[in-house]
This record gives sequence, structure tokens and C-alpha cells, in this order.
Amino acid sequence: MRSRVWGFAISLIVASACTVMLVEVVLHGQARGAGQTAQPAPAYRAPRTGDGKPNLSGIWQSMNEANWNIEPHSADFPRLLAMGAADAMPPGAGIVEGGTIPYLPAALQKRKENYDKRITREGDPEVKCYLPGVPRAMYQNMPFQIIQGPEFIMMAFQYAGALRTIYMKPTPGPADSWMGWSNGKWEGETLVIDTKDFNGLAWFDRVGNFASDKLHVVERITASGPDHLAYEATIEDPQTFSRPWKISFPLYRRKEANARLLEFKCVEFSEEVVYGHLRKVPLN
Amino acid sequence: MNCRCLASLGALALAVGVAAGLMAPQPMAGQAQTAQPRAAASAPAKPWTGKTPEGVPDLQGYWTNNSYTPLQRDPNMTKEFFTKEELAADEKRRAAQQEEQTTPGTTGDVHYDFTQFSLDRSQTRLTGNLRTSMITDPPNGRLPARVGADAGAAAPAAGGGRGAGGAGGRGAAGAAAPAAAAGGGRGQAAAPAGGARGGGGGNATYDQVQNISIGSRCIWSANTVPIMMPPGYNPAYQIAQGPGVVMILIENQHEVRVIPTDNRPHAPSGVKPWLGDSTGHWEGNTLVVETVNYNPRTLTGTFQGASDQLKVTERFTRIDEDSIRYEFTVDDPKTWVQPWKGEMPFVKINGPIFEHACHEGNYGIANTLNAYRQEEKKAAEAAKAAQPAK
Repeated sequence: MRSRVWGFAISLIVASACTVMLVEVVLHGQARGAGQTAQPAPAYRAPRTGDGKPNLSGIWQSMNEANWNIEPHSADFPRLLAMGAADAMPPGAGIVEGGTIPYLPAALQKRKENYDKRITREGDPEVKCYLPGVPRAMYQNMPFQIIQGPEFIMMAFQYAGALRTIYMKPTPGPADSWMGWSNGKWEGETLVIDTKDFNGLAWFDRVGNFASDKLHVVERITASGPDHLAYEATIEDPQTFSRPWKISFPLYRRKEANARLLEFKCVEFSEEVVYGHLRKVPLN
Repeated sequence: MNCRCLASLGALALAVGVAAGLMAPQPMAGQAQTAQPRAAASAPAKPWTGKTPEGVPDLQGYWTNNSYTPLQRDPNMTKEFFTKEELAADEKRRAAQQEEQTTPGTTGDVHYDFTQFSLDRSQTRLTGNLRTSMITDPPNGRLPARVGADAGAAAPAAGGGRGAGGAGGRGAAGAAAPAAAAGGGRGQAAAPAGGARGGGGGNATYDQVQNISIGSRCIWSANTVPIMMPPGYNPAYQIAQGPGVVMILIENQHEVRVIPTDNRPHAPSGVKPWLGDSTGHWEGNTLVVETVNYNPRTLTGTFQGASDQLKVTERFTRIDEDSIRYEFTVDDPKTWVQPWKGEMPFVKINGPIFEHACHEGNYGIANTLNAYRQEEKKAAEAAKAAQPAK
């Protein structure tokens, strides 16, 4: 009698365990099935904000060499020889899907010209402390903070105090700008941001990769763990590229105790590049 | 005259510079007003109860603190509050003053048509603040005495430059000079500010960009530092909130304050931002923000020589749909004999706020420097031509 009771209890436990496993198999099976379509269901479900959306808040930073060159590249000489190895370009596997940006021939020529003048007054906007544009702001080697509300998702960047406003209620852009005009929406776990109305003056990196004011960027940001975001973007600009292309990389949460966005007002640091030719008494 | 024309080429960017130095000293005159009942300020109909999804008071929206209210009460003013009629008259008078700074038919007029470029303060919604000064304590509406200052002697006071619009940038020596004269370490070897710009000291300001004021160079808008004074133009703000954080975008020079609201400790004191280091927490309906560790150049410039002990406490309280009460306390026992307090409203405006890429479009600096180099070249050629032939 006693053993029967125990046997029943045990079978009950085993049966419920099986049910749980079965349910899991079914759910995961569905997830995998969905994964074969356009958007893979994420393995990770982010904590929620007060209004039930995936909470992407925090201070984030890329950990790659894309700001030097978004394409795969070997190590290279410093931009200024006087800087020696300290400014030498670190090697990078790149963030461009397929490795090569599909430039139109004229645009490829312009990229070469950009490279040649990259540390001059007509060169890399970063050298001049200009706003970084999109997507460059997302992988510059400085942190940025996501401030997430229902109506606006703000991205505050340490570099140059740049800011992106993501309008979660679609709002038309009033004019062209450095950072473009961003409208966002949620697709399940993913924040999808559509950005256009660029002024065409920003670069993608320090070697002169660029786009025109016809640039259209669609970004997808998904939490892939408590401290990681998966970032990908589709880049389209029929005036510059022969087809749309993609970039992707992880973003990492800044984990230092009391991590803060600090201040990097870089205008002063750029002034000799921008105005040095107008000095009364030239340097040197 | 030459100098004035060249200075005017500095165009819009230079007008920013004027706003710098929110406590530019000026001679103090007699005062001592009797305080009127504080209830004269607008009383809220019912307390604001709006909350964010995270359950904290909702301060979000587009705001302005645009006003002509001076930091310190005019020495000749005997009241703490205007009537509505008096305020309207005062605003009209000050708007007219701003207009007068352009002389019709001159080069300066072309570049300084304030209304054309939305630089005229009266073009943005004014807050309707009935106070005759932002400072509420000391009750006379003026800065307290400086530590170690002779009680009977001139004490620092504010405002000359603030209400004056573009005067300093245009080379009007009179407006800018007092600040430099009494500034107490305002200028620096690397970046002499203020008075040199006025024309009294020659054109050294335009020898190189580093001599020009920080506002003109788009480094930042000094008046929007905590405490947040109206910047003169582009006085628009957006407050956005997320879990554990409040962000304040200051349109002027796209200044972004990201304030954690979990009362986390300040960044190490070796980090000294221009805007200081802010950390915040909620006290009931009020966001309380404490800022310390200001950059030395903020202390010497904006705060006219305050010490590294400077601590600013701001209190943001949403009063109703249309307004936020903004209060501040400035405490620096090494500089002022007592803490001083002030308040002003922020009122709602329509959004959105557009990108203010100041440095990126700062043609004024390059044009001004270039004009001086051209003048010098012409003068050198003229001098050469004047020499007798060999």
C-alpha cells in the first residue's frame, strides 16, 4: 500500500516533468520554426519597462575597430607619423556583411579622395569634432546611454554631446541634419529604427567611407542577454551604393560600478585643424 | 569704426558669447526692498499627478524658461513682484532695447536683424514670471556678499551683459568691460575672455580662435550650466525620462544633461565637466539634482570666480500641465558669506526640437578671423607702398 502510494506519487512527478519537457520542446520547436523565417525569435527575453517594452536602458559601447575602418582591414601606419604606434590603426575584422561596401564607381573614387584628405580641414568630421551621424555614432569607441520612454527613446552619446531622438510616434523630419531623423517601433523584442533626412556630410569611419544625403538606415536592436545588445543595420543609398548592405556587431553594457556618461566637449581640441590657417601668428 | 565692422562679421555665433558670465559683476547700488507676499506668484489649481510608467513624476515635454527676468533685482526696483501690467510693460521695453542694437542701414543691421534669425527673445514664448529677480534669497534679490569683501565696497552683482543681447560681440566696449575689470580671474592666459572682445584692448581677440569667447566658439552655452539660466536665444528644452534617469536636452548648442535618479555617488572629483557632475533623486513630487566638481573654467567664467567647493542644488517640481517650478540653491562657503537661492518657471512650448549643430556651422569665427587677416594684409601693403622708393 505504502509502496503503491509512493509509486503513484513518483509517476505523477515523472509525468508532470515530462509534460514540462514536452511543453518546452514544443515551444522551442516553434521558436526554431519561426527562426527560419525573416526574424529569428530571440533566445533571450529582456526585462520590461513600466509600459511592458523590452528595457534597453543603460550605458552601452561597441568593442570593435569599425570607427577606424568598417571594412576588414590589417593594422596600418598612424595617421600622424609623430604619433608612432600609439595612433597606429588596429586590425579589425570589420562589421560589413560580406566584407566589402558595394560602392558605385564614382563613390569609390570619392572614398579614395576622402582618405587622402582625412586629417585635413576638409577631412574626417571626427577630426573636426563634428556630429558623428548614423550609424557611426553607434560604434565610435565611446559609450552612449539609452534613455527609454514610451514616446521617445533618446540616445545620448559621450562623443561631442551628440544626441539621437527616436520618435516612437512617427514624426516627419523637418529638414536635413547630421544625425538624421529617426522614427522607431517595436517588433516583439526588437527596436526597429528608421532614419533618413541626413545632410550627407557625415562619414562612416576614419578612412573616408561615406554616404550621401540619400542615406536611409534601418536599425534593429535586440537584447541578446542582460548585458548585450545585438545591433544590425541595413544601409541604403542609391546615389552611393549599387545595392543595400548590412552591418552588425554587439554592444556591451558598461559594467563599472556607478558607470556614468562623461563629458567629451571636443570643439577645443579640433580648433587648430578647423581655424589654424587663420592664425595671425602661425604655429611652429 | 573699422573694428566695429569687422566684429560684426562674427555674425550670429558671437551673439552667443554675450550670454556668458551669468554673474558678471557690476557696482551695487542701494536697495533693500520689503518682500511682498510670495503668494503673488501663480498658485497651482490642483497638484500635478502625472507619472511615468515607472511611477515617478512625469516632467516630460518641451519647455522654455525664456524671460527677461534678471538674476539680480535692479537696484532701483523696490518690489519683489511685478503686476501683470508692469511685467507686460517691462517685457515690451526690453524687447525694444534688443531691437535697438541694430542700426538700420548698416552692415551690422544686416547681420544682426535679431528677429530674422529668431534671436529676439520676445519671439519665443515668455514664461510670464512676475518676479523682479530670479534670486529669492537673500530677500533683496541680490547676490550675498563675497567672503572677505569689504562690507561697504562694491559687491558683485549681475546682469549687465545678460539682458544686453549682442552688445559685447559687436565690439561695444562699454557693455563688456565691467565684467573683465572686476572679473576676478575670469580671463586665462590661454583664453582671455570678456573685455578684450569689446575693442578697448585692440584686436588681440581675433589673433587666433583660442582668444574668442567660448560661447562664440560653440564650446558650450555658459548660461545653461546648472543653474539653468535662459540662454538668450534657442531657449528650448526637452525633458525625457527612462527607468532611473532624467535627460534634459538644451537646444542651444545641443547640450545634454543625463541625470541618474538613483542618487548614485558623484563621479570621482578628478573628473571636472564644464557642466559639473550631476546626480539626482526624487523627493515626493520633486526631482532634486546636486551638481559639484565644475570645470575650473566654469568657476572662473560663468560663476565669476567661485571656488571648487561650489555646490548647486536644483529642484524641478511639475506644478501643472503647463509648468515646472525650477528652484536652485548655490552654496560655496569659500566664495559667498551665505548660500543663495532663486526660482523661475519653465513653461510648455511646442516641439520638436531640431538639431543645433553650432560648431559645424560656425562660419562666423572663420569669417571674422579671415577678415582680420585681410585687413592686416592690406595695412601691410599700404605701409609698404607708403615707403619712399629706393
